[in-house]
Amino acid sequence: MLIALAAIRLQDLFAVVMLFGVYSFMTATLFMDLDAVDVAFTEAAVGAGVTTVLMLSSLRLTSRWEQRPKHSPLVPLIVVGITGAALIYGTLDAPLLGDPNAPVHQHVAPRYIEQGPIEVGMPNMVTAVLASYRGYDTFGETVVIFTAGLAVLLLLGIQESPETKPGRTAIGDHQLVLRVVVKVLIPLILLYALYVQFHGDYGAGGGFQAGVIFATGFVLYDLVFGEGDARMVVPPRWLHRLAALGVLIYGGVGVISLLAGKAFLDYSVLAHDPVHGQHLGVLLVELGVGITVFAVILAIFYALSGRRRVS
Amino acid sequence: MSGLPGLYNDFVAIFLMMAGFYVVIAQGNLVKKLVGLGLFQTSVFIFYISMGKVAGGHAPILAEGITVYSNPLPHVLILTAIVVGVATTAVGLALVVRINEAYGSVEEEDIQAKDRDAERREAVADPTTDRGADT
Repeated sequence: MLIALAAIRLQDLFAVVMLFGVYSFMTATLFMDLDAVDVAFTEAAVGAGVTTVLMLSSLRLTSRWEQRPKHSPLVPLIVVGITGAALIYGTLDAPLLGDPNAPVHQHVAPRYIEQGPIEVGMPNMVTAVLASYRGYDTFGETVVIFTAGLAVLLLLGIQESPETKPGRTAIGDHQLVLRVVVKVLIPLILLYALYVQFHGDYGAGGGFQAGVIFATGFVLYDLVFGEGDARMVVPPRWLHRLAALGVLIYGGVGVISLLAGKAFLDYSVLAHDPVHGQHLGVLLVELGVGITVFAVILAIFYALSGRRRVS
Repeated sequence: MSGLPGLYNDFVAIFLMMAGFYVVIAQGNLVKKLVGLGLFQTSVFIFYISMGKVAGGHAPILAEGITVYSNPLPHVLILTAIVVGVATTAVGLALVVRINEAYGSVEEEDIQAKDRDAERREAVADPTTDRGADT
């Protein structure tokens, strides 16, 4: 909370963005404390990693310093105070923290917890609910991510410029320590992302986290070794296809189950044994999600970092 | 357990939400507005996740010897919301970058001043056209 307040007061947007990264990391530890390991994982990778890098890239294109607002902050403060008071009044009869009899725990959750491991056959209930019970939602969200990627590409496009030639880096060639450390780190990051991707049904993790972590590896490579080198490894035009491919895999699994005479995204037909089929379906779907998230995040990063300041 | 101490999670969420809300409506800088939106967003995440917590529960991953699990449903919703959130934030940043290219500023007041200037100049240059028709 204090970090959030500091972030509001500061005029230096660079510091604001960095503080926001720290704030995200604190939030992740809070989620960990509240038993939400998968969410903490995602928040740490997304909030503290990707969002900060994206915001910094766009700061580079705009300006670092903020002007002091000219109108007085009194009216917004009053509006905010009244809204906050109304909300607090609304929470006074809300269920208490950790109350097992709260309405939220009564409806579908007990079924997910009791039947999930039996019907879907995987210990991580979050992955089971995500990919199987609520497969429609997740499909919709994957499409939203895909659409957001498209929107960024429409707005900015991925530009080519002399600085994106291979061998040119933003920080110069003298950062030997940084280069060596990053060289050691990147294979570990990529390997870890693959582990998270394919182990998501047993432990914490899944396609969303894996895609983000995988993209982070390439973002790091891009930052240290230069845009040109990174684009030789993963050319931008691949990313468009990869993003579409991920959605296609997800939708394709749904269509297959439809053709086999079950409901859309009912994975039990994919193998002879329903539980086995569920498992296979979840793996495929998570793979689709991972590919889309990876491609979209990296494409957005390319679009923002490749753009040159117009002056 | 008496009333207030059990509700502090809601109060934290509301405080953060109002902080984000304040940034969005009171600050003029578009990048900072996006940071405010991010604050608002995480406050909703905290609210959901704290809702799913069960006292004495464990992370919802099946393990031997554990009978009480926290509610996995809010976790699923928020997990996807975080990733969707970063994608939409990126769209916002892209818009900010384009606005900066078009107006040379990311301050709301500068942009509005430039818009008003442009409209006035248009009206002076061609007083016969009806401005409402072409905008």
